[in-house]
Formats: sequence, C-alpha cells, structure tokens
Amino acid sequence: MDITGEYRIAAPRVTVWEALNDENVLKACLPGCEEIARTSQTTLTAKLVQKIGPVKAKFDSAIELSDIVPPESYRIQGEGQGGVAGFAKGAANVTLEEDGDETILRYSAHAQVGGKLARLGSRLIDATAKKVAGQFFDNFHSYLHPQEGAAPPEG
Amino acid sequence: MNVGIGARVKRKEDKRFITGKGKYTDDVRVENQAYAAFVRSPHAHAKVKGIDKSAALAMEGVIDVLDGGQLTGDGIGNIICGWAVTSKDGSPMNMGPWSALATDRVRYVGDAVAVVIAESQALARIAAEAVEVEYEVLPAVASAAKALAAGAPQVHDNAPGNLIFDWEIGDAAATDAALAGAAHVTEISLTNNRLSPNPMEPRSAVAIYDAAEEHYTLYTTSQNPHVARLVLSAFYNVAPEHKLRVIAPDVGGGFGSKIYIYPEEITCLWASMKTGHSVKWTGDRAEAFMTDAHGRDHVSTARIGFDANNRITGFKVDTIANFGAYMSLFSSAVPTYLYATLLSGQYDIANIHANVRAVYTNTVPVDAYRGAGRPEACYLVERIMETAARELGVDPAELRRINFIRAFPHQTPVIMNYDIGDFEANLDQAMAAADVAGFAARKAEAAGRGKLRGLGYSSYIEACGIAPSAAVGSLGAGVGLWESAEVRVNPVGTIEILTGSHSHGQGHETTFAQIVAERFGLPIENVAIVHGDTDKVQFGMGTYGSRSGAVGMSAIVKAMDKVEAKVKKIAAHVLEASEDDIVIEGGEVKVAGTDKAMGWHEVGLAAYTAHNLPPEMEPGLKESAFYDPANFTFPAGTYICEVEVDPETGTVEIVQFTASDDFGTIINPMIVEGQVHGGIAQGVGQALLEQVVYDDDAQLITGSFMDYAMPRADDLPSYNVNHASTICPNNPLGMKGCGEAGAIGSPPAVINAITDAIGNNNLAMPATPLAVWKAIQAAG
Repeated sequence: MDITGEYRIAAPRVTVWEALNDENVLKACLPGCEEIARTSQTTLTAKLVQKIGPVKAKFDSAIELSDIVPPESYRIQGEGQGGVAGFAKGAANVTLEEDGDETILRYSAHAQVGGKLARLGSRLIDATAKKVAGQFFDNFHSYLHPQEGAAPPEG
Repeated sequence: MNVGIGARVKRKEDKRFITGKGKYTDDVRVENQAYAAFVRSPHAHAKVKGIDKSAALAMEGVIDVLDGGQLTGDGIGNIICGWAVTSKDGSPMNMGPWSALATDRVRYVGDAVAVVIAESQALARIAAEAVEVEYEVLPAVASAAKALAAGAPQVHDNAPGNLIFDWEIGDAAATDAALAGAAHVTEISLTNNRLSPNPMEPRSAVAIYDAAEEHYTLYTTSQNPHVARLVLSAFYNVAPEHKLRVIAPDVGGGFGSKIYIYPEEITCLWASMKTGHSVKWTGDRAEAFMTDAHGRDHVSTARIGFDANNRITGFKVDTIANFGAYMSLFSSAVPTYLYATLLSGQYDIANIHANVRAVYTNTVPVDAYRGAGRPEACYLVERIMETAARELGVDPAELRRINFIRAFPHQTPVIMNYDIGDFEANLDQAMAAADVAGFAARKAEAAGRGKLRGLGYSSYIEACGIAPSAAVGSLGAGVGLWESAEVRVNPVGTIEILTGSHSHGQGHETTFAQIVAERFGLPIENVAIVHGDTDKVQFGMGTYGSRSGAVGMSAIVKAMDKVEAKVKKIAAHVLEASEDDIVIEGGEVKVAGTDKAMGWHEVGLAAYTAHNLPPEMEPGLKESAFYDPANFTFPAGTYICEVEVDPETGTVEIVQFTASDDFGTIINPMIVEGQVHGGIAQGVGQALLEQVVYDDDAQLITGSFMDYAMPRADDLPSYNVNHASTICPNNPLGMKGCGEAGAIGSPPAVINAITDAIGNNNLAMPATPLAVWKAIQAAG
C-alpha cells in the first residue's frame, strides 16, 4: 500500500536534516522505539514496539539509507520482523523543502505487511502509519523547540 | 404421541446443547496433558533455511519443539488427496507433496513449520513466538488465473504451470456444433467467490499415546472419524488401524471443513508418541481463517445456445478452479464429479461440454464446503438461464418451464441419471407461495418509496448420497461410499443404533431414533443413537454431501429388517404361530387377528436368555447392515428471492425468500426446515457478504470477523419454506437429502433478484452495498 504525508517544521532545513540523521534524536522522537544503533554510515538497526489494531509486536528492524542528497532528500528503506505478528517492510522517499525559516517535509512510502499484521491489521495500517508519523513530528517539534512544549500537529 | 415419519419431534440432543452440557473435543481432559502451538509461516511462499528452537526450548515448561524433518524422519507420510482425477490427455493429476510440518518450503500464510509442546496452552503459544525461522522469501501468487499465466511463481515443482489437471466431460464437438447452429447464444463470465467455512467450534485435537499398548487415541473435530482413522493409518503411517481409536464427540458444525485430516491432528498424534505426553491443540479463530479448507473460488465462462423455440441446444463451460497450495482430501472431486456432472440443471440439454483446470496457488487449500461443486454449477446454470431469459425477452419462469426435464429416469450427457422429480410442481408451488402474480404491484409500490424491487428465480438440482461405490470407484474415488449400521436390541428391549454417520448439528439422535421408534412401536426415549467412535461403530463413511438420511438411515432400515425377521421367528416359535402372521405394533409382537402377543421387551429377553428359541437359532438380538445405494439421490426445487435495493446506498434488503424443495420423504419437518434455513443463510452470506481476500502478495487480509462479513439475523428474512416431494425410488425410505439445498439454490436467486431490480446484469458476488451501488451507476 502507498502512504504519503507532508509536515511543516518550524526550523531551518539544515537543522532538520541534521536532526533526522541523528539516531539519538530518532530514538527520542520515534514512538515505541526501544533501541536504535548505527551499524554503518548508511545502515541502522532498531527495536520498535508497535500496536496495529489488535496486533502488538516488537519489530527487529534493519534500516538502510540511500540516494542521500544533504540536506534535501534521501530514501529510507527498512524491514522489520515481528515474530508471530508477521513482518513489515517498506521504503520511503523523504524530501526537505526550504520555506523561509521553515521546512516542508514530504514523504511517500510504499509498505508491505505479512502474517498476522496483514490478516488483522491491513486496513488499519494507513491510519496507524499516519498516527505514528503525527506523534513523531510532534516529538520532533518538541525536540527542536524544547521551550514551547508540544506543538499542535500539522499536515 | 406420534414420533414416526413426518412428526415434528423436538431434538433430543438440544437439552445438552442449549444448557451448555455438550462434550466437545476441547472439553476432553486427560492425565499428563500437554498443549501444542504451531509455528506458522507469515510468508505465502518461502524456503525454510533454518529453525532456531533454542530460546523456546530454554523456557521452563516447554517440553519439546518439533519440526518437519523429525516428522518425516519418523516415517509420517504426506497428506494426500483421495480422489484421482485424470487429465483429458490421459495423464494423472499432479499432486505436490504436503508434509504436516513443512520441511523445506512453505506455500501459504499459515503453513505449519514447527510445533511447540508445553505444559500450558499459554506457554506453548508464547514459546511458539520464540521459535525463530529463517525464510528465503519467494514470489507468490493467489489468483488461479494469474497462476496459469506464463512466468507465474511455481507452487510445486511437479506441477508445471501450476496445473494440477486439465479435465473435461461431455462431447466438445457436438456441443460446439449445437452452439454454432443455435438461434440465440447467451454468454456469461462469472466468479464463484471464495468462502471461509467458519463453523462455530474451531478445530481441535487431543492425542493420547499409550506406550505400554503402543496404542493411540485421538479425540478430534471430525465429520467422519472412521475415514480419519483409515487415512491416518494407511497413508500417514501414524499407527495401524487396530492401534488407533478415533473419537469425534460433539462437533459444533462442519460444513465440509471437518471432513479432511489436517496437519494438526497428524502432528498431535505423532507428538504424543514423541514426547510421552497426551497432546491437545485447539485452534483459535485466526487459525480457522488461515488453515480450515476454504470453499468455492471458481472462475468460469459459459455459452448456452437456444433454438427458435427457446429450447436449449447446447451448453459449453470453461472453469478454472483454485485448489490453494496443496490438494486437500476430496479437493479434486469438487470441481469435477460434483460440479460438471450437475451442469444440466433441471433442463433437458442434449449437448454439454465442460473443461475444468485445477490450479495451485499460494493460498489455503480449497475443498468441499456445504454443497461442494453443486453451488458452483447451480450458480452458473441459473445465472445464465436468467440472463438468457432477459436477452430473449422471455419470462424467466417460462424459459425454465420450456426446458424442464419431464420424463424420468433421465440420462444427462454428463454422467448423472436423474431418477425422479417434478420440477414444474416445485416451480408452481414456489410461484404461488411467493405471490409472483402480485409482484408488479409490489414493485410499483416500492418505486413510490424510491426503492428498486426485483425478483429472481433459481431452479436448482443437486446430487446427494454419492454412490454406488463401484461407480465412484471407477471415477477415481479412493473409498467406497456406502454406510453401515448396527441395531442392538438389549435384553430389556431398549435399542442402541450404531451408525457410521456423524451428527455435528444435523439432529441424527432424533431423526434416526424416529424411524426406529416407529418401526418397533417404542417410545423414542428407548432408542439411543451411538456414533463418532471407531471403537464402538465398526466402520462408516461419515456425514457430508447430505448423505446421512438417504444412505445412513437406509443402512439402519436394512439392519432393522434383519432384526424384525428374527423377532418374528422368535415370537412365532414362542406363540406357536406362523411367522407370516406376526405383526409388530404398539410395543407388542402379536399374532394378527388373535389376542396372542408378547411384549417387545419379552422378545428381547427371550433372545438373550435363549431358553426357548427356535432350533439352530443363535442367541441375542443384534443385526448389522452395510448399505450401498444404487444411485445418487437428486433433491431439487425452486427458490424465489425478492429484494428491495436502495439506489442511494446500494443496500439490499431481502424482503421475501420462498423455497419449494423436493427432498423425497421427510422424517422430521422441523429439522428439515432448520436445515433449509441454515443453508439459505449461508447462501445469502455468499451472495451478499462473504469473500475471502488475498492481496497481490498472497497475504490473507480477511483473517477475522472484522474483515470477513458473516450474515447476521438482520441480513436475513423470515423464510417461506414449502415442500412438493417425489419419493426417491432408490432407497427404502424414499429420502433424497436436505442439508445442502439451501446453500446451493439460494445464491443465484439473490443475484438474479438484485440484477432484476437494478437493471444491470453485471454484478458479482458478494453484492455488497458498494458493488450494487457501482452497478447501479454503471447502468446509468
């Protein structure tokens, strides 16, 4: 299935880019992220706990970045094994566009799920992905603007 | 109170069912009980590269983790299909190997890879999550048509192009000629949607191995425990038959899905020997959706030709049948001998030809589901008849009437020889009961309320009691299709009937007892029906294909004939009368026209005390019979569905559903009506709601009742069920069978009604509000 989204972030593009490439920032902002580790310049591993409809699973995920054009765009692809919950894999193209002092982040992702996730959660994937992305960008905003508290979600 | 043939006796079994006292497989508790949980593939198609059991084995309370290598290493055989179908070029069907636990490859989501045996069910399931399987994912295919295309992923190495067989029936050249010479040809393409059987009780197994006796006992949710024992013994090498007892206790619905012997039962038996524990497995609803054999899933095109008088001249059919990832026990018979042989419907058609291609895909195996091939045939025939009537501008009832078979027996060009029927009587009765004459006024009234009202017919025929054994054997069946019965009269005169049929909702404990009580003039309470245990009943073929009345009860009648003969001999001897003068009535065995009589119980006692029996007579009063029918039976009838469609939303309301069935002799009309109600509910479910969906990666995405829509009470009307019967000449009770008719006859009636209402014939099942709304928009 295909999922797209767009978020406006109140920070300059280069700041956003650096934060997106900092695994500590990712760990702090990504809901359900228990561990994230960089294994090379372009690869990471992560442990993520996600609940999709009735299915709760811990994903051991391998993530790879490619087509890196700092600070404009990259492609992120990953595959997560959720044990008996099944698996999820996907890829997203992420672009950052400057808009004055702000940045517009756009992503378009293609995801595939299997096993229990497909059986029970497939019609919930889209909503869950949007929810997780929304939480991520709320957290991301708070990280960039610690004095403001949580900002209302946008996009 | 009359409890005999025709009496609406309340079901004896319902006391325990409605008070929660039924004893199902999951209720079985035994010593030394361990629990199984299966590790299942999340991939539709993959190589199994490795299984890491260490984390699971390290858990306290985990007894063992077993895999396919160990299973096959112990000599457990592959699961087989028991009906050999030969392709039209003479080659045998391409049956791929199916191990109860996968060895090197998984072929559908849910394919079992390993089993965890643990001290509790919860622990077994947690440990199963800790088993790590390394897969190499392969491309997968879910659609049968796509699986036939060049370059499609190959499901089994020995089935090139995923083709299991390419089979035909009938005369192709004669049919082509008939169509070429036809005054009018109607063509139709349709899909018979894939269904999940969803019995209320999920599958379950309890396997007990007695090491001292080297004996196995299996409690299981089976419709045919003797067939299960035979196959487990002869093909899967679990144990020889005399070392294996199979018990199918109360079973909460089957609809076909509990005919087959699945990987789980085999694995539990083997694991009980392997671990020294009794092993219980009860599937959850997710496993039922993932692993119970699905039904239907045909894609067909058909052409039917008519002469200038609207008489059918020829009918040509091409069908692709999705078999899933493996050939289930009776899978090959369903789209061939249970489908194409019924393509003549109720009509006199001189030329029929059908070609059927059976195809592997990366989906759950497909096998018989309530109706099994006959719903697919009926849907095709009755949709194309209705379509032709619209094209020809002929009233659809009239077109059927013109083409009805009227002389019996009737030999169709596709094997079946219809013994008897009166199709017009059913049509007339249904039309009167449905007030077809008043439909135009009802349609106009509905239009005033902004609703589209439509009426659809379905004149179905089916074949039940698959037989005789020699005939089905010549068509490839691996078993005979007779039934056995034993009548045990106890010394006090009460009776136990042992039957090879199995009741899992059909009410055998009542219906079977009725014919015995009537025959010997006894209270129905004095008759007990014993079934479902291979240690009690010697052999039997079980219950499916609406066979338990026409075949199972016929066997009981044959055994009762023998009991009656012996009773008369004993009474004649004791009462010093001629055997020919002895009559049995009202609980007494009498000399006709005299006051000389013995109580029924006195005859029983005389048989067992053996103090005064005729010379040479053996003591006791117990007789058995094996009954092999001379022919199939042919239940038939007409269903008329009337719907109202809301053009704004596409929502369909079934406002009237009328049935006129010919089931031959009816023993208990209440139970028969219940069978018809349930069958129609399942047929309406197929027509309006139900659909198994796999995505393009062959992932099952209708894996729960959130996504798979079952019919509920408010989707269904109050049924108007009627009977116009002809008596079957081929069995002693004149019965035909009623278990599947509703599911066979109703889907085309529903779709014919909706398409009539909306004025667009192009509508597929399930006719969801979205599908109907789109069809309305497309019709403009």
